[in-house]
Amino acid sequence: MDRIPILKMGHFLLVTIQVDMYDRLALNLENDLINAVQAHESKGVLIDISAVSIVDSFMGRIIGNIATMSKIMDAQTVVVGMQPAVAITLVELGLPLAGVYTALNVEKGMELLQQKITEEAEFDIGEAEEDDDQPE
Amino acid sequence: MMISLNKETLKIVSEQDVVLFRQRLKEYASKIGMSLLNQTKLITASSELVRNILVYARQGEVIIEVVTDRLQTGVRVTFKDQGPGIADIPKAMQDGFSTNKSLGLGLPGAKRLVNYFDIQSTPGNGTTVTIIRWKR
Ligand SMILES: Nc1ncnc2c1ncn2[C@@H]1O[C@H](COP(=O)(O)OP(=O)(O)OP(=O)(O)O)[C@@H](O)[C@H]1O
Ligand SMILES: [Mg+2]
Repeated sequence: MDRIPILKMGHFLLVTIQVDMYDRLALNLENDLINAVQAHESKGVLIDISAVSIVDSFMGRIIGNIATMSKIMDAQTVVVGMQPAVAITLVELGLPLAGVYTALNVEKGMELLQQKITEEAEFDIGEAEEDDDQPE
Repeated sequence: MMISLNKETLKIVSEQDVVLFRQRLKEYASKIGMSLLNQTKLITASSELVRNILVYARQGEVIIEVVTDRLQTGVRVTFKDQGPGIADIPKAMQDGFSTNKSLGLGLPGAKRLVNYFDIQSTPGNGTTVTIIRWKR
């Protein structure tokens, strides 16, 4: 009750939202996801909202929070399947979900996550090498 | 002249009432053949306004009506509460103004999403917001 299940898939967490969101449910999801990222040291979070027909400012802000918090814990967030009407409405409302990666579907979302994680890893290696170059 | 064809009043006390309200609203909007995009805008705007009732006035009521002015048909929603009211309405209508450390998007965002928006408020007496979204 009042909870959306979170699926662990290797280094990723997958959430499929299939019900109409209300504020309590959204807040619980935020908490549960952040705890799960920490507990499993996840590298990516995939949120499938293809079945969601309404995203208002509260839900939009929760998605933004999840992305920001995950980032702090070194995980990337991708939102997949946003319905065109939802995307248009969010922009008009004034909350265009800036800073959140989006993809067309779960498959594309997984690819994007994988790519983001590889980029991060390469960036880290690059930085480490730079450190090595520095004189003692 | 505006004619109201069909009318329903719902009490708003808890988030469960909000879930029910959004479902009923969707039924009304789809019954008159409102486009999916306009349905999404109407329900998203309503979601913002009904949250304001719960947050600032704790409770109130909403009236859903199918209205026509002979040229077009749409859904009118009235949000009524007897909460603290709003002292400075122009200020409350500004993007980013919030007394709740929130985004301050609810009122101005809702206004952008509908065809008609009216707000009446008396401090100490409550607030009434009326919106209309035409079918297309
Ligand atoms: N029904 C209401 N009763 C009393 N005050 C209200 C009501 N609705 C809005 N307000 C006042 O108007 C301000 C702006 O409302 P608005 O919905 O735009 O933003 P918010 O609720 O503060 O933030 P957000 O909706 O983005 O979470 C509120 O902070 C509040 O002071
Ligand atoms: Mg609000």
